Amino acid sequence: MARAVSSRAKVGYTVAAWIVALLIFFPILYTIITSLKSEQEAIAGFDLIPSFTLESFRAVQTQNDYWKPFTNSVILSLGSTLLALIVAIPAAWAMAFSPTKRTKDILMWMLSTKMMPAVAVLVPIYLIFLRTGLMDTRIGLTVMLMLINLPIVVWMLYTYFREIPGEILEAARMDGATLRDEIVHVLTPMAVPGIASTLLLNVILAWNEAFWTIQLTTTNAAPLSAFIASFSSPQGLFWAKLSAASVLAIAPILILGWFSQKQLVRGLTFGAVK
Amino acid sequence: MGRITLENVTKRFGDVEVIPPLNLDINDGEFVVFVGPSGCGKSTLLRLIAGLEDTSGGRILIDGQDATSTPPAKRGLAMVFQSYALYPHMSVRKNIAFPMRMAGVPQDEQDRRIESAAKALNLTNYLDRKPGQLSGGQRQRVAIGRAIVREPSAFLFDEPLSNLDAALRVGMRLEISELHNRLETTMIYVTHDQVEAMTMADKIVVLQAGRIEQVGSPMELYRAPRNLFVAGFIGSPRMNLIDGPAAAEYDATTIGVRPEHIAVSGTEGKWKGRIGVSEHLGSDTFFYVEDTGLAETITVRAGGDIDLHHGDTVWLSPDIAQMHRFDANGDRIA
Repeated sequence: MARAVSSRAKVGYTVAAWIVALLIFFPILYTIITSLKSEQEAIAGFDLIPSFTLESFRAVQTQNDYWKPFTNSVILSLGSTLLALIVAIPAAWAMAFSPTKRTKDILMWMLSTKMMPAVAVLVPIYLIFLRTGLMDTRIGLTVMLMLINLPIVVWMLYTYFREIPGEILEAARMDGATLRDEIVHVLTPMAVPGIASTLLLNVILAWNEAFWTIQLTTTNAAPLSAFIASFSSPQGLFWAKLSAASVLAIAPILILGWFSQKQLVRGLTFGAVK
Repeated sequence: MGRITLENVTKRFGDVEVIPPLNLDINDGEFVVFVGPSGCGKSTLLRLIAGLEDTSGGRILIDGQDATSTPPAKRGLAMVFQSYALYPHMSVRKNIAFPMRMAGVPQDEQDRRIESAAKALNLTNYLDRKPGQLSGGQRQRVAIGRAIVREPSAFLFDEPLSNLDAALRVGMRLEISELHNRLETTMIYVTHDQVEAMTMADKIVVLQAGRIEQVGSPMELYRAPRNLFVAGFIGSPRMNLIDGPAAAEYDATTIGVRPEHIAVSGTEGKWKGRIGVSEHLGSDTFFYVEDTGLAETITVRAGGDIDLHHGDTVWLSPDIAQMHRFDANGDRIA
């Protein structure tokens, strides 16, 4: 029997949920509000009603070209994600279907690299990039972002692959499938939902990555995260312009996230609930 | 052809020997059932034959060729799994076509074999559905269809009916037997259900702890079980195994009498007892007779019309000619 919930309790829960949601969303909301203010309004103090001027957006567009970092963001996030999938699918496949005694350790070790503060390897990476001429190049940054997110991609795919019953792969083997056939015709199609949510999440992570993108680029390969950072300059803080730039930077990924909510939620809770 | 020979085949998982050296001959066209309690190694043995597990020693010959290290795909065997193991993203048609696609069978030949398999298995109307839209019995038929179209030299069945409900199980049992009669291909069938073993097999292999306890036709096993384990495992209800003075009377440590080989009488007989539970099946009646002075409750099978009930005093007389005698090691005394 379903638990009886009184309508008063229902109203209470709804209000509480809205409050929590609003608290989480508030920073983004206030960024949007500020982006619609003039520079004077923005520094004047807390105010939820902007003058709805598009002046900051116009300024951002004319001072700095928006489309170049946007293009860079698209290339970097998609490129690094695809590259990560190419590396991670065989890796996760091997660990999920031919585990050894050390598989768990390897997975743990991969994850442990994410526990290390990024600054710890800044100098060596910086020097490598400098000496190999990768500094401020899209290719260098794509590889960097791929490596950063690889542990998470491997982990997510590993979890998905583990959910695929081994008997189905054995059936494929009995049916005469080679290893390649098995991956192409059976495993990958079955793992598509999992791969899709991994892809989405990784695109978002790569899109939002701000440490390496700011450290390793100047102009040529700078994505939107670096674009935002360029508005907090030594000449002073321009809150409205900074907000406008932020809104422009997060809008594409916000829209993507909105349309792929279902996939994302499934991706994030996979294995936790069945 | 489908002649399979196991020569001293062993399997170890780490330090645990699940199958000690084992020898077995399976003739072409035979329906062989591996039966035994869970954990007896019957599925492992099947997987060794399939090539899904590597042997730890010994040789597996298929039609005289050493196949011990041949990959599963190249052994020419087809397998039906307990979980059906259908490809959930493919339609029934594509599921059945998959092994042929892998083997590069021409499209028109594929279509012909799919049509004929679908007709034989009553799947014609379901060819464009996905496995998720089928019932358990239909899924199992698709799995069998996928096995048939390969035209394998032998079929391997790994407890294929245990996920089905009782009524469906009986139906599928008949269908598989009919399939065997029609195709005359070697079939190796793993089950823990001795009724399936008795009804389907040409040859039953009774396994316990990875060892073969006895190999023989269902009736050989029924009439002359080689030891106590086989005696207790084959036959339903179970054979009455009696030890103590009642057995010593027949120069045995244990005697075995099947429920159908004991006569019941309300007036006279060898062992006196009282009816505990009685099960009336219509065609037969099973009495569980207690207080006989023997260690065990004695199961007796009588006709459906017999008029005896719970609490009645009865006399039981075993049919001496049908009695099985076992020594202290549990082996049959000839």
